[in-house]
Amino acid sequence: MSELWFFFEVLLSGMFAGTMYSLVALGFVLIFKASGVFNFAQGTMVLFAALCFVGFLEMGLPMVVAALIAIAIMVAWAFTVERLVLRHLVNQEPIILFMATIGVSFFLEGFGEFIWGGDVHPLNVGIPDDAWFVGPDGAMMIQQFDLSAAVIAGLLVTVLALFFHYTRIGRALRAVADDHQAALSVGIPLNQIWVIVWSVAGFVALVAGIIWGSRLGVQFSLSIVALKALPVLILGGFTSVPGAIVGGLIIGAGEKLAEIYIGPFFGGAIEEWFAYVLAMFFLLFRPQGLFGERIIERV
Amino acid sequence: MTAATEASAPAAPLLRVNNIEVIYDHVILVLRGVSLEVPQGGIVALLGANGAGKTTTLKAISNLLGTERGEVTKGSIEFDGANVEASSPNDLVKRGCIQVMEGRHCFEHLTVEENLLTGAFTRGGDRAGIQADLEMVYNYFPRLRERRTSQAGYTSGGEQQMCAIGRALMSRPKMILLDEPSMGLAPQLVEQIFEIVKTINENEGVTILLAEQNTNIALKYARYGYILESGRVVMEGSADMLRNNEDVKEFYLGLGGEGRKSFRDVKQYRRRKRWLG
Ligand SMILES: Nc1ncnc2c1ncn2[C@@H]1O[C@H](COP(=O)(O)OP(=O)(O)OP(=O)(O)O)[C@@H](O)[C@H]1O
Ligand SMILES: [Mg+2]
Repeated sequence: MSELWFFFEVLLSGMFAGTMYSLVALGFVLIFKASGVFNFAQGTMVLFAALCFVGFLEMGLPMVVAALIAIAIMVAWAFTVERLVLRHLVNQEPIILFMATIGVSFFLEGFGEFIWGGDVHPLNVGIPDDAWFVGPDGAMMIQQFDLSAAVIAGLLVTVLALFFHYTRIGRALRAVADDHQAALSVGIPLNQIWVIVWSVAGFVALVAGIIWGSRLGVQFSLSIVALKALPVLILGGFTSVPGAIVGGLIIGAGEKLAEIYIGPFFGGAIEEWFAYVLAMFFLLFRPQGLFGERIIERV
Repeated sequence: MTAATEASAPAAPLLRVNNIEVIYDHVILVLRGVSLEVPQGGIVALLGANGAGKTTTLKAISNLLGTERGEVTKGSIEFDGANVEASSPNDLVKRGCIQVMEGRHCFEHLTVEENLLTGAFTRGGDRAGIQADLEMVYNYFPRLRERRTSQAGYTSGGEQQMCAIGRALMSRPKMILLDEPSMGLAPQLVEQIFEIVKTINENEGVTILLAEQNTNIALKYARYGYILESGRVVMEGSADMLRNNEDVKEFYLGLGGEGRKSFRDVKQYRRRKRWLG
């Protein structure tokens, strides 16, 4: 019986950790849908946003102010990318845009290090970090931190979903994602939409960076952890918001469970690569991902 | 003789295309000096076979060539008294010139109503006005009201065409550039859609520039027409005149002509046959 409780404990803690992957993947999906750009820099944006936030905190600014300035910086960043990169590369091959985002990523990483230094910045935004014990005799442990992170991520996703569905700009974003030529023809200015989408992705990156940074400290390995979003995308499909979320949960839970239950057969450390192997299997059997947007075909 | 002098009101034309040349990819010359005029409140048809340059002309006007790596290299286009060159598609829609693209291009994952609302994007937060115009569109296209909550991608071709026209109407345009609305639709449906377009033209005062391969139906509803061939206007005139022209009859209306053709004409005829086939 306590075996089962333990299983659920591992499953849940994995899923909670997975919400972080979901958030990063979400940033990818938003940009990919709206501009067809595979934004390699999303991971670095997580790091950079968190660095800015923690940097302003260390200067002694109140948390809300630090967050607001960090948001403003991410919006400015979105403007810069649109002005200096996207605008000039529009209509180029996707691979060229992808390469450009790699360049952008290196720039941002170097720039962040230049301004904020390369140390590990501990971060505490007051997310409670005790454990709860539930079930008979407290057989199952839940980390409050995990739970809080999941709640924050859930809230963020809900707000975004509402924004996309019920606002004029949100509708325009979905229109652009569907057919950018048609969007242009009805007078939706693509450049503005790109700035908005990159800003939203920057905001999502900030939230992910703060939560992640609270656990691991804000440091350069954050942008590498963010690469876990890649298998999430393969699992969930590059164009699907629900896919990014569910994919993150599956990867998060999958790697924790694998670590506990099949790890011993491989001598442990399975968590490092499990996600990529899972993604590879997915590529073989369902290349469009779990939720890869249904292509509507009519005859 | 131009469309403007034919129209009852001697006002300046709403649209004036002046000897434009369009090049794709820096090398492919597609329009070689196209001129045309559309009077305020008129319906003008732009006719021609596949590849004649109809779509290119419309996109040059609405400034949508940029995304196709096309460029207007000569000539000028004036809409409502000002050049369109410096205007982005967004500006042009605001100024009242909107295109309904060939192949409808509805946003397939948006509902029909959401599609219509995107057409009002440039109008910002004018909620009452937009709501009223939604009603207006539903009155012109009752079918769209029935399908308002369906994803556009799952509606029929005819419904998508209505949706695309309705969406354009939501921007409160002065002029709609309508690219091949008849494409792939049953003749009866085509007739129905053209009737509605005509009503919109009369009731809302929306000027229409219509690109069509279906010469028959286009000349039934347009008052004036231009015939494009390989990027040039080869003939223009009132719809009546074009309908009764022997060449038009033979080559575009499929009525078969009388009279002798020179060898050159026969060769051209074959070429056209190939386009039409
Ligand atoms: N993006 C492009 N790049 C290069 N050439 C193009 C492009 N778009 C169109 N063309 C060429 O320009 C010519 C005119 O095309 P256009 O689409 O304007 O014709 P159309 O009259 O609209 O034909 P249809 O009736 O088939 O729609 C064609 O020869 C076509 O191959
Ligand atoms: Mg065409």
